[in-house]
Amino acid sequence: MDFITKLLAVTIAMGTSLTYATLGEIYTQKSGVLNLGMEGIMLMGALSGFATAFYTANLAVALLVAILTGGLFSLIHAFLSVTMRANQVVSGLSITLFGTGLANFLGQRLGPESNNFNLVGMNLSSKFDNIAIPGLESIPVLGAFFDVSILTYALYLIIPFSWFFMYKTRFGLAIRAVGESPKTATAMGLNVSAIRYLYTVIGGMMAGLGGACLSLSFTPSWNDGMTGGKGWIVIALVIFAGWNPGKAVIGTLVFGGITSLQFSLQAAGVKMVIPTQFLAIAPYLITFFTLSVMTIANNNRKGAFAAPSALAVPFAIDDK
Amino acid sequence: MRLVLEKRERRLKRMSLLIPLFSFILSLLIGAIVLAASKADPIQAYAAMAKGAFGNARRFQYTVVEALPLLICGLSVGIAFRLRFWNIGAEGQFVWGAIGVTWVIQFWTFLPDPLLLPAGILVGMIAGALWAGIPGVLKAYWAVDETLTTLMLNYVAIGVAEYLYIKAWKAPKGILGTPEFPEFTQLSQVWGKVHSGVFIALALVVILWFLLYKTTWGFELNMIGKNPVAARYQGVSIEKSIVIALLISGAIAGLAGSLNTVAITHRLTRGVNAGYGFTGIIIAWMSNLNPFASIIVAIVMASLTTGADALQIAMKLPESMGAVLQGLVLIPLLAGSVFHDYHLKLIREEE
Repeated sequence: MDFITKLLAVTIAMGTSLTYATLGEIYTQKSGVLNLGMEGIMLMGALSGFATAFYTANLAVALLVAILTGGLFSLIHAFLSVTMRANQVVSGLSITLFGTGLANFLGQRLGPESNNFNLVGMNLSSKFDNIAIPGLESIPVLGAFFDVSILTYALYLIIPFSWFFMYKTRFGLAIRAVGESPKTATAMGLNVSAIRYLYTVIGGMMAGLGGACLSLSFTPSWNDGMTGGKGWIVIALVIFAGWNPGKAVIGTLVFGGITSLQFSLQAAGVKMVIPTQFLAIAPYLITFFTLSVMTIANNNRKGAFAAPSALAVPFAIDDK
Repeated sequence: MRLVLEKRERRLKRMSLLIPLFSFILSLLIGAIVLAASKADPIQAYAAMAKGAFGNARRFQYTVVEALPLLICGLSVGIAFRLRFWNIGAEGQFVWGAIGVTWVIQFWTFLPDPLLLPAGILVGMIAGALWAGIPGVLKAYWAVDETLTTLMLNYVAIGVAEYLYIKAWKAPKGILGTPEFPEFTQLSQVWGKVHSGVFIALALVVILWFLLYKTTWGFELNMIGKNPVAARYQGVSIEKSIVIALLISGAIAGLAGSLNTVAITHRLTRGVNAGYGFTGIIIAWMSNLNPFASIIVAIVMASLTTGADALQIAMKLPESMGAVLQGLVLIPLLAGSVFHDYHLKLIREEE
């Protein structure tokens, strides 16, 4: 029982970062913009958050800086893909290349002179600690949900809210209209470009926040490439969730669970029957099969599972 | 008054040269700001990079060696891009090429020695082709989104490679990775550090240029990419073309992986996923899918990497400056690519 509780605790801590970024990417994609720059944006969020916390010792300011950095980077993507109608795959990739490169570069330049300008190996004076809710935290196993950081508690509100916002408000309706059929959306009087800009930037802000969760809470430190491919898992998670913000959390728990299972089993000294490398690729394989099977099934009958129709398709109102 | 983008009557030839050139200069300018902001003299830094990449014959050889996998990967994704098939799986196909060649050289010892190397490269190409074929078939027959499948398969390929060099095929002792290949299976060096793979790469450029610009097949690929409906009316089987193009694309990425393994690392080991497949996408994009232009672009991109290595030694600046510049060069390029088809127009609105 103790093992499972610990496993769940690590899963939730790791899943927090993934959930923020996944929710952000769902909103971005629902509006019709594919942002493959998540890996770079999350890493920039992790770096800017950590550097700010290191110099100001103020976690709120650090979060704000990470969010703004994420917003700024996704603004580049929005400009390229919405205004300049560039290829979104290539644009996202360039954001990831640029973001990871810049974060690793700055990580070795922004540090204190005593450490050769390096931020690697520096410690924070404060971090987001777990806050236990008396009573609830002692529930067997599920108590793990009530001994988490404020970043995770916030998600308990944000997840249902983002589901509600997407499916029960007119703003959500506007996002879906723009992502499914920009022409119809225009006829409805919606400003397609503005909406796409808005949710691409919001998505990037969430990714920046997700990155900061890593460097300020999960493993409070800075390391080169510390997101370790989480930004790509996010893309997988969006598909896994079927573009539904309410379901995003299932994916992040499953995927976070698989990853933390690796560490927990190793730490517990269990002789591995399945090589760890195969556990590590499981999330990607599951996503691959989910996407393929769901798409094939969806071809045969009109199902609920589908990517937004206008995903990654530029829209120009002036074009004939 | 407002500025709008208006569609051009026809594409301008000179734009395909002007846009990449202007983008490169712009990215150097933005890079200079990054350098200055981190208290380094940009001019001095760029001079050190240029010297590091092209300073003498030996440095240039390193740059060429770095450019070869980039060039081949760029050619690989370029074929798929012609069909508007967004193959971002060259990284995984590259890794499978490395796995394939290692498998043959390590275990097919029943073959006569001189056959081992060609058989290995061939198997590496087949492995890459099959890995690209999976998303190809899924896209062609069931419309499964290829950007996401190729991306996911990259991580599967990397995981398999890790399992092989950490566990299954690991050398009994010594450094991490499989045992070193016997000498007769290693590619010979033809000019300093430059290995004979350079001839294969250049031959590939010529072959692809011929296939893409001078044959019906190349014509059909272009047509499918530009106007699939018209292509179908002409009797072109789009499904078959996608699968064939992807098999070729994957085989070429596999070739890059197997060549790098027999020429540089001489074993399957950590670093097999060095990102050549991803950077190949930039190469294909910047060269506007033209095989000959890819040569120059690959050299420029490689010089950013080798130049950044020198930057670290000369000025103690992090080598990730190379990645910063590689990512930066794409941003103005993408912003500029709209000017292929559109031009800016000032509209005066009537009161």
